[in-house]
Amino acid sequence: MEFRYLPMTEEDKKEMLNAIGVESTDELFSAIPEEVRFKGELNLKPPKNEYELMKELTEMSKKNINLKEYSSFLGAGVYDHYIPSVVDHVISRSEFYTAYTPYQPEISQGELQAIFEFQTMIAELTGMDLANSSMYDGATALGEAVNLSADYTKRKKVLVSKAIHPESLAVVKTYASGQDVEIVEVDFKDGVTDTEALQEALDEDVAGVVVQYPNFFGQVEPLAEIRNIIDQQKKTMLIVSANPLALGYLTPPGEFGADVVVGDTQVFGIPAQFGGPHCGYFATTKKLMRKTPGRLVGQTTDENGVRGYVLTLQAREQHIRRDKATSNICSNQALNALASSVAMSSIGKYGLKKMAELNMKKARYAKKKFEVAGIQVLFERPFFNEFVIQLDKSVAEVNDALLDKGIIGGYDLGRDFPELENAMLVAVTEIRTKEEIDQFVKEVGDING
Amino acid sequence: MAKQDFPLIFERSKEGRTSYSLPDLDVEDIDLDEEFEDEYIRKDAPNLPEVSELEIMRHYTGLSNRNYGVDSGFYPLGSCTMKYNPKINEDVARLPGFTHIHPYQDPKSVQGALEMMYDLEQALKEITGMHAASLQSAAGAHGEWAALMMIRAYHEANGDHHRTKVIVPDSAHGTNPASAAVAGFEAVTVKSNDEGLVDIEDLKKVADENTAALMLTNPNTLGLFEKEIMEMAEIIHGVGGKMYYDGANLNAIMGYTRPGDMGFDAVHLNLHKTFTGPHGGGGPGSGPVLVSEELAPFLPKPVIVKEDDEFKLDYDRPQSIGRIKAYYGNFGINLRAYTYIRTMGAEGLKKASEYAVLNANYMMRKLENAYELPYKQHCMHEFVLSGKKQKKLGVRTLDIAKRLLDFGFHPPTVYFPLIVEEAMMIEPTETESKEILDEFIDVMLQIADEAENDSEIVQEAPHNTIVKRMDETTAARKPILRYSPEE
Repeated sequence: MEFRYLPMTEEDKKEMLNAIGVESTDELFSAIPEEVRFKGELNLKPPKNEYELMKELTEMSKKNINLKEYSSFLGAGVYDHYIPSVVDHVISRSEFYTAYTPYQPEISQGELQAIFEFQTMIAELTGMDLANSSMYDGATALGEAVNLSADYTKRKKVLVSKAIHPESLAVVKTYASGQDVEIVEVDFKDGVTDTEALQEALDEDVAGVVVQYPNFFGQVEPLAEIRNIIDQQKKTMLIVSANPLALGYLTPPGEFGADVVVGDTQVFGIPAQFGGPHCGYFATTKKLMRKTPGRLVGQTTDENGVRGYVLTLQAREQHIRRDKATSNICSNQALNALASSVAMSSIGKYGLKKMAELNMKKARYAKKKFEVAGIQVLFERPFFNEFVIQLDKSVAEVNDALLDKGIIGGYDLGRDFPELENAMLVAVTEIRTKEEIDQFVKEVGDING
Repeated sequence: MAKQDFPLIFERSKEGRTSYSLPDLDVEDIDLDEEFEDEYIRKDAPNLPEVSELEIMRHYTGLSNRNYGVDSGFYPLGSCTMKYNPKINEDVARLPGFTHIHPYQDPKSVQGALEMMYDLEQALKEITGMHAASLQSAAGAHGEWAALMMIRAYHEANGDHHRTKVIVPDSAHGTNPASAAVAGFEAVTVKSNDEGLVDIEDLKKVADENTAALMLTNPNTLGLFEKEIMEMAEIIHGVGGKMYYDGANLNAIMGYTRPGDMGFDAVHLNLHKTFTGPHGGGGPGSGPVLVSEELAPFLPKPVIVKEDDEFKLDYDRPQSIGRIKAYYGNFGINLRAYTYIRTMGAEGLKKASEYAVLNANYMMRKLENAYELPYKQHCMHEFVLSGKKQKKLGVRTLDIAKRLLDFGFHPPTVYFPLIVEEAMMIEPTETESKEILDEFIDVMLQIADEAENDSEIVQEAPHNTIVKRMDETTAARKPILRYSPEE
């Protein structure tokens, strides 16, 4: 059988074996003890030629209902947004996608500069001093932020709002358990973090307070008030997980004195792809720069004074610091950070606000439509592009029926919040049309009865 | 290419230029500001660029021209397995039925995606000889940490709270001790012997009732197979510890031996190394975790199950370590790995390992006279040279790496593993032809010659790159991590 990725010919092989001074390649594997040798052939599906495999996998992909053929009102952390065509053209350039981490700056200036630009854009959006080169996703970035706060303050307790993404909360708990950091959940009230409960839970042992902005229910957390409460405790950090698109309209967390801002740039140029790869970001203050996890790119000059970029402050990282590193992260999401950079460049300074406002206006139109249709909308606070409706029937049942109508319904909040049984989290992005929204509201009304 | 700095995208920006094409506002226009308290409405627009679409393409095309990937040329970066990234993988990952699916869709509406994940898990279990898998970890280090968290949970479930030590060889990847620390363990080092293998006597000394696990790469980072693996497993299992396999070097052994058959209890794989997920300039990767039956209850949740030909997500996993990432892992990278495995099959994967090992041995023998070879036995998929001889002539390994750039090659991994002085770790991979290997060998021999007879040309390298060596000291002392227009 021929393998198109393997260029070795029989003649090459002979010459090479000869040069090595062995009879067969088997001799090269002689260090593997007989008792652990694998006998026979691995039980894998037989190889397929390119055409046949493409055909099979295309068929497989068609077993999935996709967001481009249905109209989707599902968000809950992953959003169906407009992706400029330029994005895929840039990230398809193989000088980018077939490169490793830019360890050799002389031949990696392209990647290094792209990351430097990404860091700048994230710092700008979040209102923070600096940002790193990316994290696995928003949830793991939050996990790292929580552990950083414990490490920096030498405290072992972190308060986390229950109105953050439930999967982020779950990830934070796993990350924290590795470092024996205690996670205390703070309840929500009227759709946002209960500030009285926060006040009560806050004491001198608290390393950090975590909120999401806008939160999981789409509601805008009162960051100013939360910051004021936290300020009663010296050193306690404000950690904010923020949807970067919302920051096109909302005041960035940096202006409210956030110590760490994390989130996911999936909203910029990255398709849903079943939840990954997306792209976490991590932004912080100068004070915490040397505690920041992950790669950082810095500007410098070469021997001739030409401006260029390098991986910097590497003394924080695992390959230098080993068990004393600030994090064990090595690979990040560089290519997706590039995709987001291209999308952010394309959307641009003023396009961003326009895009955020489009989301907000369409979401408000949908909300009003539901109210007119007699469906209760929970929570009456300012929100971004998601809101919660209360149904009489189960969300699963409603979504099932919606699917038959070509609509992917919203997120079933009853999965994570027993008190929100039959409540659906509805996301309306800029690509949903008035017609789609009207139909969605009508169908939900009909199904709900 | 001009030897001057390349403008930042922000420096190309001009007030009033746009390149976006947003959907229309087809619903009523409203005044959003009425809803918000003033302090929540952003006043200063973030300083994103204002550029045209062509300017974006020129900018990023320019940047790509200032970068080097596997498609640009030979990339023998040891431990990173920089093999060819097949193009069908990219096409498959862009099929709308894979690209545009939401993780919270009803599982019934994403059966194809779940089937792929299930099938990939089956294949990886077979390749590694393990019992159960999770695709949730996003990268190698993430997988290491997840597996260690599982081992910790396992020991705690047995009441073994005293198992606080994780043993790591002195030749290990930096992520190993770092992952151990992040999982709450103390990393303890075991020494290597004269052959470059784990010192069994030292391992016996270090292993005790407080040992939670041994982390091992096999072949190790010197490219050498730990032939006493069964004895090591016996020592660790004997004290009640678990064996952890760092899959960074799996490319050497596919179809020849399996971690599960070597006595390992937990494994992580780097799908972006062995299984051709592209490295993307640093990521995204994918680092699935595979475990023995005993550790399976502790896998991150959800896990994929198949019931009567239907694929489901099982969240009812009371002993699970919980979530380690949102959703189900880096699906897009897993899909590329799956496509690769389906292209190669059992025969192809074994051939890949065979040729990876052949290529490495061929290069090693061609270079062992010009450069010091600290360990003489056959290597596996990679080998480590020392630049000791050249150092005596005033030429450092870093200089050799930089000189390679002049010839259009990516240098090997340098100064790692830490136990070899002036190390150069060379991993050719199986996708390179003999001609390329010969070209690289010739250049390496030439550089060795230059080190003796014309050392300046090496010391002052690179000569042909768009920038010269960068001032990394100033970069770290006075960090500039973002563009600011006023500076």
